Amino acid sequence: MEFSKIETLLEKYFQGDTSIAEENELKKYFSSPNVLPHLEQYKSLFGYFTQAKQQEFNHLIPLKSKKQNLNWLSIAASVVVMLGIGMYVYLNTNTSQNQDLGTYDNPEIAFKETQKALALLSNHVNVGIESVHYVEEYQNSKNLIFKP
Amino acid sequence: MNQNEFVLLIAPFKDKVFRLAKRLLISTEEAEDATQEVLVKLWSKDESLNKYTSVEAFAMTITKNYCLDQLKSKRAGNLKIVHTNFADSEPRLDKKVEDRDSLNWVEKIIDQLPEQQRLIIQLRDIEQYEFEEIAKILVMNETAIRVALSRARKTIREFMIKTHSYGVQ
Repeated sequence: MEFSKIETLLEKYFQGDTSIAEENELKKYFSSPNVLPHLEQYKSLFGYFTQAKQQEFNHLIPLKSKKQNLNWLSIAASVVVMLGIGMYVYLNTNTSQNQDLGTYDNPEIAFKETQKALALLSNHVNVGIESVHYVEEYQNSKNLIFKP
Repeated sequence: MNQNEFVLLIAPFKDKVFRLAKRLLISTEEAEDATQEVLVKLWSKDESLNKYTSVEAFAMTITKNYCLDQLKSKRAGNLKIVHTNFADSEPRLDKKVEDRDSLNWVEKIIDQLPEQQRLIIQLRDIEQYEFEEIAKILVMNETAIRVALSRARKTIREFMIKTHSYGVQ
């Protein structure tokens, strides 16, 4: 490689303007046996860069099986248990209600029961209506004072 | 992600993480601890790793932050009795012989630089990242990185010339 090219590359290098390719060129030049004597001092610099990249990390990494997953698993398990209990209770109460719907097989008894139920209902309605009569009293006395 | 997938994922850059940690912490043992710490942190991130466009850049950033934190807490902490306190500070004879090796000189010079410049030299000259990637890792702009890099390289050159001419003159 020509002398001047290396000189300019070196200048660029110290200005921080070289590209990776140009830096590789410099590394290659300084690792070759025929380095110009006045550039000899840079040989170890670029030699070091190459050498430093060889270091490796060979330790085992202590990777624990993820604790997070275990947490999620326990949450999921508890949800399943809760759902199970919930479903059991829900189904049990439902079936006992379903069995007693108050149906009658005999139409006569059914008719009587219906009448009884309707009578009960109308009684209650009449009780309600009776109390409305009081409200009518207010209207009457109001009419006495403010003659329409 | 299972363990095998994770190991494959980190394989291309775990050495880089280690070297970066070593550049900042100097001690090999501490760098190993830091690397383990960083990788375990990554592992615990699990699926959220997929969010990052470059896991490598993310890992390098974590490493940088972790090591700087380590250095800060060490400086703030009291002086502990560790082997470096009471051992003979004079290097051993074989160490001295080694130090004459100029490659070690380079390492010593680099390790004397400020942390920021050490980081940049490590990422650029040793790991050969593009400026764009370094900017992402260090969260700095490219111009500032270039300036710091140039300054670091020139400092190294000064020292190199001094040590090189030491024996001659």
